[in-house]
Amino acid sequence: MVQSRSLIDEKGIRSDGRVIDELRDVKIEVGVVNNADGSALIEFGKNKIIAAVYGPREVHPKHMALSDRSVVRCRYHMSPFSTDTRKSPAPSRRETEISKVIREALEPALILEDYPRAAIDIFIEVLQADGGSRCAGITAAAVALADAGINMRDMVSACAAGKVDDKIVIDINDTEDKEGGADMPVAYMPNLEKITLLQLDGELNSDEFNKCLEEAIRGCLKVHEIQRSSLMEKYFGNEKGLKE
Amino acid sequence: MSISKKSPIIVENLRKKQMRESISAGKRLDDRGLDETRPIEIEVNVIKKASGSAWVKLGKTEVVAGVKVETGEPFEGLENSGALIITAEVLPIASPHIEPGPPDEETIELARVVDRGVRESEMLDLSKLVLVPGKIVYTIFVDCSIINVDGNLFDATSYAVVAALSSCKLPVFEIKDDQVVDTGKTQEPPITTTPVSVTTVKIGEYLLLDPNIEEEACMDARLTITTNSKGSIVAMQKGLKGYFTVDEVKGIAGKARTKGEDIRAKLQELIKIGK
Repeated sequence: MVQSRSLIDEKGIRSDGRVIDELRDVKIEVGVVNNADGSALIEFGKNKIIAAVYGPREVHPKHMALSDRSVVRCRYHMSPFSTDTRKSPAPSRRETEISKVIREALEPALILEDYPRAAIDIFIEVLQADGGSRCAGITAAAVALADAGINMRDMVSACAAGKVDDKIVIDINDTEDKEGGADMPVAYMPNLEKITLLQLDGELNSDEFNKCLEEAIRGCLKVHEIQRSSLMEKYFGNEKGLKE
Repeated sequence: MSISKKSPIIVENLRKKQMRESISAGKRLDDRGLDETRPIEIEVNVIKKASGSAWVKLGKTEVVAGVKVETGEPFEGLENSGALIITAEVLPIASPHIEPGPPDEETIELARVVDRGVRESEMLDLSKLVLVPGKIVYTIFVDCSIINVDGNLFDATSYAVVAALSSCKLPVFEIKDDQVVDTGKTQEPPITTTPVSVTTVKIGEYLLLDPNIEEEACMDARLTITTNSKGSIVAMQKGLKGYFTVDEVKGIAGKARTKGEDIRAKLQELIKIGK
């Protein structure tokens, strides 16, 4: 990877004006797809992603059903207009892999034994991509699952950390992902303190690795607060609702 | 769409119980310790039609990798580097559970994770594989055929790619009158490091290195970590619907580094003998 220009200035300000441990602006709106059982729209920096959940519902074809629990089906898809150069609408190998890791990141939080022989379908549509779309997608999908009333052990919150100009920063954006040194997306169950998605590309030594992991989790916890308040707002009208 | 499904390999409950008891006493059903990897055998240059090749055995898992070199346009955004393309196919001969057809999500993940480890380690200095900057570059294909499945395809395939690339001889192309000409000469590949992939799986609360197929049928989660010759971590992939705690991840990363060092020495030795 070539570092063509400095991505962090001497004051520690990043290319998009953030400091190293600052998230992009995150906004989550719950219940945006009328027909879905649960849904959420997330705006994570310039990412604009809709997650919709259908289910638990009958499985078709029936032979895919599991007798002791629900199957989870997950599709992560990018709209052709979501990227700088048009993306072919056919699912790419990247999307196939991301669909799989997102399903595996959300499944540990779902109490699937409660819905034997059923299916829970999770659709994640990236309308506008800006780096970190898998993390934003997981975050939105977890909120959509809660909105659908699926029994869950915990929320799943996701955030990436990485190395930019030899500094560990959280929530890598598109430019930093392409030009920076490393990118580590993490999904985390904040109350159970378990990691459910973990990927990395880019070089990190032992200290950087530990720091990066800790920072990513710190980012996940910040994301969790936003998920929590978005659900509060939908169901209690204001953030303080449940505390009172 | 990605769908949760059951493993096609069925392990009886009694056998699972036996496995759990054995693991809790620190010994696996195939007599290995929890941190013990299976023996690695490597034969290089087995395919004479390829620029480089390797037949790797990791226990009973067998993978053949072949390197083919062409010229082509560079990837978008990477105008001044050669193109590296790594693919993997689990052949129908490899197990009774594989059927011919387009690759399923597991196979796509396998190829992408192996590719990520080799690419992110910058094993090949791709900037040295450019003929006309921005226009014509070397395109290096490393295609892997899995011919017998007995668990841990990630590591076995990664070792096959590393062995095939380390032992290959690239053709020398030249530009004459705006045409690409194969000079018939060969050159050493621009190798900078030896990436080593180490896969750890979690069964219950126990962590095991290099799972065999029976252990894979019982695992809750998997973590593949690739390190380079400096011992830095360059790529990582968690799989399956289990989870890891932060301490587990740090422990696995440490082990991937120390174990990776042993395996790197072993790989380098085997490749050197074969050359």
